[in-house]
Amino acid sequence: MNEERGRDARMTHLGRIHFRVAEWFRHPHLYGMLVGYALLLGGWYLAVEVLRLPRFREMPGLTQVVHEWLSRDPTFGLSIHTPIYYSHIAASLRRIGIAFFLATAVGVPVGLLMGGSTTFREYVFPVFEVLRPIPILAWVPLAIILFPGSETPVVFLTFLASFFATALNTVLGVRSIDETLVLAARCLGASRWQVFRHVIVPGALPFIFTGLQISIGVAWFSLVAAEMVSGQFGLGYVINTSYTMVQYPTIVIGMITLGVVGTATSAAVRLVGHRWMAWRAKELAMEGR
Amino acid sequence: MPSSSANGKARLVTVGAIATVPPDRPSGSRRARRPSTALVSRAHRRALVSFCVVLVVWQLGASRATWLGHPLPWIGHLPAPSAVWIAWGRLIGDRGYWQSWVLSGGRVLIGFTAAVGVGVPFALLMATLPVFRGIAFPVFELLRPIPPLAWVPASIIFWPTQELSIDFVIFLGAFYTIVINVLGGASAIDVRFLQAARSMGASRWNVFRRLILPGVLPSLAVGMEVGIGITWEVVVAAEMISGGGGGSSAASGGGLGFFIWSSYVGGSYPQIVVGMLSIGIAGTLSSAVVRRLASSLTPWLAVR
Amino acid sequence: MIAPAISSARRGAIRIDDVVKVYDPDGARVLVVDHCSLDIAAGEICIVVGPSGCGKTTLLKSIAGFHSVTAGAITLDGRVLCGPGQSQADVGPDRVVVFQNGALFPWKTNLENVAFGPMVQKTMTRAEAYDKARQRMADAGLTGYEHAYPGQTSSGVKRRIEIVRALMNDPTVLLLDEPYRALDSLTKSVMHDALLQMYARNQVTMFFITHDLEEAILLGHKVVVMTSRPCRPKKILEVDIPHPRDPGVLGTRRYRELVRETAETVQQEARRAFELGEREG
Repeated sequence: MNEERGRDARMTHLGRIHFRVAEWFRHPHLYGMLVGYALLLGGWYLAVEVLRLPRFREMPGLTQVVHEWLSRDPTFGLSIHTPIYYSHIAASLRRIGIAFFLATAVGVPVGLLMGGSTTFREYVFPVFEVLRPIPILAWVPLAIILFPGSETPVVFLTFLASFFATALNTVLGVRSIDETLVLAARCLGASRWQVFRHVIVPGALPFIFTGLQISIGVAWFSLVAAEMVSGQFGLGYVINTSYTMVQYPTIVIGMITLGVVGTATSAAVRLVGHRWMAWRAKELAMEGR
Repeated sequence: MPSSSANGKARLVTVGAIATVPPDRPSGSRRARRPSTALVSRAHRRALVSFCVVLVVWQLGASRATWLGHPLPWIGHLPAPSAVWIAWGRLIGDRGYWQSWVLSGGRVLIGFTAAVGVGVPFALLMATLPVFRGIAFPVFELLRPIPPLAWVPASIIFWPTQELSIDFVIFLGAFYTIVINVLGGASAIDVRFLQAARSMGASRWNVFRRLILPGVLPSLAVGMEVGIGITWEVVVAAEMISGGGGGSSAASGGGLGFFIWSSYVGGSYPQIVVGMLSIGIAGTLSSAVVRRLASSLTPWLAVR
Repeated sequence: MIAPAISSARRGAIRIDDVVKVYDPDGARVLVVDHCSLDIAAGEICIVVGPSGCGKTTLLKSIAGFHSVTAGAITLDGRVLCGPGQSQADVGPDRVVVFQNGALFPWKTNLENVAFGPMVQKTMTRAEAYDKARQRMADAGLTGYEHAYPGQTSSGVKRRIEIVRALMNDPTVLLLDEPYRALDSLTKSVMHDALLQMYARNQVTMFFITHDLEEAILLGHKVVVMTSRPCRPKKILEVDIPHPRDPGVLGTRRYRELVRETAETVQQEARRAFELGEREG
């Protein structure tokens, strides 16, 4: 009987999309956004190309950048029509992928153990907390010394940054689990391992996913830094070499591309999170959010 | 994107270990199970054991080239802890070393203060004026995914001095975090407080001054703590890039990040580790200072 | 002591024998339970009322095995649950707790929650556990909620589901810590009905903490009024209204007399506690 009622009230998937888009158009948000973007881009255009304000004279202008980005034969060799553009993107994405995957595979279990087992935590957390404040870039020379080649150090640095963020957030997730849930599980006869599997891990999952979103952001941060310092190919490398080779419009192209790709990966992580935690989405829906 | 505040529930959940109070024995036998009476608590003992193990493994690995005939892949290349210790002893007397501390610390201070000084009003404006928010927030969100370091070349082109360009990048790093946190805090203020104030006849200004401003202080505290960590990351990175990695002049530089890079280039590897640990210490100290400052802003949260 | 009106000899007799409990957080020794003795017969519903913060929950947790006691002993059918000399407490499926704020696992569906006990104890296969869970939910009138998540379910239904879950292991004792506190009075009366019906089916011993005196007299065989902290029984009222009960009880004169008597005792104690400056628990 509940299911029947539910089916009538449920919108089709397409209907939901249509509703959301229509809502979006109705809201003043859209117009504010347009005004904001117009101000930003317009200001940039004016300051550099029209008014030629003193500080802005050296900078690449809006039209220059757009022209370069879209042209088939770019002056500095990088546009959406050149294959090398995509090799750089692919290089950065590949590194992020490996590092993020490894960091999650190592960071989540370590975080779960540190949060759930006093013994493990008392042995491991002190060392963890001593290493964590060391900024990732400070590891660069050491990474270069330790690992052969130019790829491995970059991936290692990205992995490190991501690992700390993931592990820390996982610990937070474990600690925020309501203790009565653990007690209830024990009352019902669950062993220590079963409590871990049925209560701790699912309970920490929302925090883990928030941690993963933070982690991907941190990963991009470190990747760009590492690529700028040592590496070949990649968006950070593009930005750095464009600067040294005085190819200024390409710098901006690199920055914008970074922004777009970074947002896309964050969104991907968030989507996966929502998928996995259907129960949470439904719970939030009940609260009217 | 980053979560703005930690969950208030700080009770530690330990699987399997249930809180027990040992029964009082009427006579003699006292097992020191209360942490307060033991000389060195179990947690401290275990931490000590961990560090000793790490140091021993590190020392052994770094001082031999091979182990039972097999070349050690990673540890073998590390500078040994003994060498690091000696190098550090030497550096403590070196004025240049402490100058690096001051330089880096100064940049952190300037960038961080600027981030707070600009970020808080910006966020509050967005929180209280919906029109401003509608215009400014999308632009903010558009620029936020671009890592601060990607701004380095643009910053160098734009700003007249190298120092200012580094400070700008540092400012950006903390700025985003602080704005996001303050905004989150402002929107999380229970609407019933605002309704209560209005029903008591408070003017808009008073509502702002007495409700919203104190209401965002906890989130600001969290934002500041996270922000100071990011600031150190960016400082080191910027120092390395503009002083070492990039192709710019060696005129500006200095600071602990530059120190690490030049130690590497100069081949004195133990100094690299000294630099790393120094920055770690500096970072922890500044986090502690910020945390102290933050809790003085929010005295009501320190209730037992 | 009036023996409850049930025929079969059941397990579940609890004896709290001169129990003392001292909490020692950060060295501040707080006496919470002071030489408390109480007998609960097998299959009896024992309601515990008292000022907030007096230590009732501590007693409940001791029976549940979440922590040990400082002195004295708690026995279940002659078996010592916790006493001095036991450093590790003993949590078991024979004593199940229903918590005040609800402890259904939000990430499992209601059915998975109910089936949790047998599955985790490996006494049944998954299919068998689900079947039994469905059956028990149907008995309690909860069909249709199996595949919803607790986050989508209303609090009254959630509470009933929790009690069904607690009973899946056929426990000897049910420990309830103000289970209906957060519900409105209409839902509460539904809960009382459900509980009485459930009790009519299987007479499990209950240790039930509440502040609602009407609820106490309606449900319990006896009502124990505790003193303020440190707690011990101040007065024990026998409720001589026979089980099985129905809501018609609420109108009888005997019921109202009992409620008034209990209220007077509780008020006395509350006033005393207030004058002693007890902080709300």
